[in-house]
Amino acid sequence: MKKENKTIRPEIERRAFLKNCSKTLPSLLFLVASFDVQSILAQENSSYDASKHNYAMGINIHKCIGCARCADACKTENKVPREPHYFRTWVERYVIPENGEPIVDSPNGGINGYPEIYEKRNIDSTFFVPKLCNHCINAPCVQVCPVGATFATEDGVVLVDPKWCVGCRYCIQACPYGARYLNPTTEVADKCTFCYHRITDGKLPVCVEICPTQTRIFGEKGKKSSPLRRFFKFNDIHTLKPGLNTKPKVYYAGLDGEVI
Amino acid sequence: MSKIPQQLIPLAIILVIVIGVFIAATDMFVPESFGKLGHFRADAIQENMALEQVYAGSDACYDCHDDIVETKSKSYHKGLACEVCHGAAMKHIDSPEDFIPNAPRGRGYCPLCHGYNPSRPSGFPQIIADRHNPGKACMSCHNPHNPLLPNAPEECAACHREISNLKMLSHHATLPCTQCHTIEKGHKTSPKFSKAHKPTDNTTCANCHEKGSSVNKDAPKLNTEEHSERYLCWDCHYPHYPEAN
Repeated sequence: MKKENKTIRPEIERRAFLKNCSKTLPSLLFLVASFDVQSILAQENSSYDASKHNYAMGINIHKCIGCARCADACKTENKVPREPHYFRTWVERYVIPENGEPIVDSPNGGINGYPEIYEKRNIDSTFFVPKLCNHCINAPCVQVCPVGATFATEDGVVLVDPKWCVGCRYCIQACPYGARYLNPTTEVADKCTFCYHRITDGKLPVCVEICPTQTRIFGEKGKKSSPLRRFFKFNDIHTLKPGLNTKPKVYYAGLDGEVI
Repeated sequence: MSKIPQQLIPLAIILVIVIGVFIAATDMFVPESFGKLGHFRADAIQENMALEQVYAGSDACYDCHDDIVETKSKSYHKGLACEVCHGAAMKHIDSPEDFIPNAPRGRGYCPLCHGYNPSRPSGFPQIIADRHNPGKACMSCHNPHNPLLPNAPEECAACHREISNLKMLSHHATLPCTQCHTIEKGHKTSPKFSKAHKPTDNTTCANCHEKGSSVNKDAPKLNTEEHSERYLCWDCHYPHYPEAN
């Protein structure tokens, strides 16, 4: 027995074993580590729970100075074509004369400023109204889409699926707020997403980030910590075209009755 | 045993083929994630979330430029994100040396917000760029990170342009604002906390317009008490433009 034991030599010598270990260990560690990172990344990705959010926006018209930096920044962030008529958000100027119809204009979304008001009638009031997709709870655009390319997410944002959209323009016709346009480069419908790629990352939509006077307030409905709560508490809130029962989620403070 | 009618057999075969083709086609053309969360492609949400961010947000700037951010956080521009003036800067965060954000230094940029526009809320500081130190860069007097005026405005019109323009057309053109309003020193630097005082009763107007007053002999005179009865003068007359009715 003893003799036999002696003849059995380990197939790998200790020195060679250690040598091999020192060679393979780093790669093993790297493998383990990379798995770990991947799992952490996956966790982080799945840690965003849409059911816990309900995004909405508040706009205080008394604060808007009509600089349209929001419209400009939105175009940069979301790669909206620079030419006029393509906007995810824009700023309208209202001029309400003493009698007669109000005048509304938004040359290039307000980005290059507004022409002077040449108006012979006496002007009662004039102000700016930022506009964007209202992310309606009963969104007409979602209802009319024949292919299911536009939809409301669980966290209350209406999105467009550019890979699935066929560019039929039904949604553009259906939107009562004119918030949609057909992107000339991708030839699919496009609109405000509340900067979904930013808000799910914990950042603000870029128009809210950029607004120099805090006209725009972004937050969540039904959350006590949300800045929207204060906005609702201290302002009289209106929505655009409430009679259509679209239930918009962009809330306006100081909204004049003439604004449509 | 009842026999299946002969006509039904080819029909049944066609039906089976149609159903088979339909199943195969839906399997082929409908994306996998379609219908998972509703009548749409669930992957589109992930694709939307994965879009590139171009604006970094002010918090990111603080990591390196904390001194400037802190100066700014105490100034009138505290609500202003860095990227309003400097432009989208996510590239700068990815590679700080390769991409330097723009800094507008000319006269063109500040008037985007501070140029006079009657539609802007009154009280927002506005200038008429053509008349406001023409040719001089804004930055030569104002520090954009702490835009306190080098000298508090000497003229009320610097902020209350609309009222001043109107008063200029009226018989009250020569009256200084302080004729009726008393202004404390703090009003010029923090107008929201130290408001200008307004007249509260008719004695301010009566000072010039009362019969027998010698303050201004050109001012129309009347018995103010009899004329106004229980009303205040500015219930009917707009003091900045008394000709208007």
